[in-house]
Amino acid sequence: MDKLFNGFLALIACNVFVILFLMLYKILEGARLSLQTYGFSFFWGASWEPFPPTPDMQPSFGVLPLIQGTLVTSAMALLLATPISLGIGLTLSEFSPKRLNFLVSFLVELLAAIPSVIYGLWGIFILIPFLQNHIYPALQATFGFIPLFQESIRGPCVLTGSIVLAVMIIPTISAISRDVFAAVPDSQREAIIALGATRWETARMVMSYARSGVIGAIILGLGRAVGETMAITMVIGNSFNLFNSLFDPSYTLASIIANEFTEASSPPVYISALIEVGLVLFVLNLAINAFAIVIVWQTMKRVKGS
Amino acid sequence: MSYKIEIEDLNAWFNAKKVLKDIYMKIPEKAVTAIIGPSGCGKTTLIRCINRMHELSPGGKVSGRVLLNGENIYAKDVDPVIIRRKVGMVFQKPNPFPMMSVYDNVAAGLKLTGLNDKSKLDEIVEKSLKLTSLWEEVKNELHKSGASLSGGQQQRLCIARALAVEPEVILMDEPTSALDPLASAKIEQLIRRLSKKYTIIIVTHNMQQAARVSDFTGFLYLGELVEFDETKKIFENPKTELTEKYITGEFG
Repeated sequence: MDKLFNGFLALIACNVFVILFLMLYKILEGARLSLQTYGFSFFWGASWEPFPPTPDMQPSFGVLPLIQGTLVTSAMALLLATPISLGIGLTLSEFSPKRLNFLVSFLVELLAAIPSVIYGLWGIFILIPFLQNHIYPALQATFGFIPLFQESIRGPCVLTGSIVLAVMIIPTISAISRDVFAAVPDSQREAIIALGATRWETARMVMSYARSGVIGAIILGLGRAVGETMAITMVIGNSFNLFNSLFDPSYTLASIIANEFTEASSPPVYISALIEVGLVLFVLNLAINAFAIVIVWQTMKRVKGS
Repeated sequence: MSYKIEIEDLNAWFNAKKVLKDIYMKIPEKAVTAIIGPSGCGKTTLIRCINRMHELSPGGKVSGRVLLNGENIYAKDVDPVIIRRKVGMVFQKPNPFPMMSVYDNVAAGLKLTGLNDKSKLDEIVEKSLKLTSLWEEVKNELHKSGASLSGGQQQRLCIARALAVEPEVILMDEPTSALDPLASAKIEQLIRRLSKKYTIIIVTHNMQQAARVSDFTGFLYLGELVEFDETKKIFENPKTELTEKYITGEFG
């Protein structure tokens, strides 16, 4: 009976691999035409011409601006969200009274449950007017000497996209980091308190103890940011260009698929190119997650000291 | 005889439950004082009141006075962080910091005080590890994680960590209960050696241990200090029937 049950479980577990490989296979199959036509130039090309201006030209596709848009908005979202999220996680696990904890945890998890299209609407109608009228001009006035803050200010732009993404990944990172902080044994807190640590020093010890979990939390947030589609599509401006300034509009891998898939019935290489964009996104996310696992694993090994 | 710590009218609670009742106790300097008593009698709570750790437990509350060098550590303007630097603590289960090396474990308390001078740190770390007879065993493994040592070594590391900040008093909460007999014996020898320089208060449920290592013994029962005297007197000629019953193993 045990054997049967074990076999049954193994079979279910194998499904994960089957699904992964089926997906990869289907994506590769769909992207084959584009892969064959454009080869590596697809990855560092910077033009997106499904319908060339003159009939004698071939359609051309290159996703470098999409990769730039995706990676830069995700990285900036991480930069903005991580300190806030770790602050929330640390407050909830170390500083705030129990009753408040429950309320704040509930609100943070509620944030995670809001559909991303709502974040997009909030971005368009509330965040963009506010940023465009109050924050961005001030930013430009202060940091205008840096090229990243030059050029004319647009509402939908890289910075707006990053901010919306940051708000969206805060619940993920703070909820996980709260859990990993709370999992630090009390014996560790008592050890450092008994040595004469202040509350802040105790909190620092907790962060250091939990760092592998914190890295895991951050990278899960990054994975979410990279794959996020709806909200970022609504606020990034959807302009296929390599940008120089954070106030420039941009485009992401996920956004272009969402925007163009329904219209990409012909030529056949167009839809194949969009599927290849999906392949890039897939591989990027897989790489981020693998990277996360390796880091978590490494720090765990260091902590265990064997 | 001079007293390092004087406990006066000490009461402690967990929420509504009173776990220490009107404790009066005078703890002599540079000697080992053992606190014995059955499980749940308040031994641990009593020593946690001496470094102001009890108030950090959920529902923990304290009233009364604990005088360290004649000054009440529960006075309004006293910072518990300062008290804990003077009154070190060793816990029941060894709790080295696993993310820190052996060296950094010992230096952890010093770094909290803002000491960053490498040669000074080296010196104190070596001294503390030598005091706990750990130096010879780990001097080539100072960079390894504190959690890589054996249980007995971990506990001596924790003692070294407590000693490094040069406290005046060391509280030990059943420091050998998680260790094998050999490792326990080493800790007991260490306690004897340390008593020449430090005031040590040790909680133990092991009466033989109390008899072996301590100069004075207090018997705690249901939150009350039943008897407190020289260890010899407690074990050979206890004044109360309750103490006699406990040390002869009639209950506990």
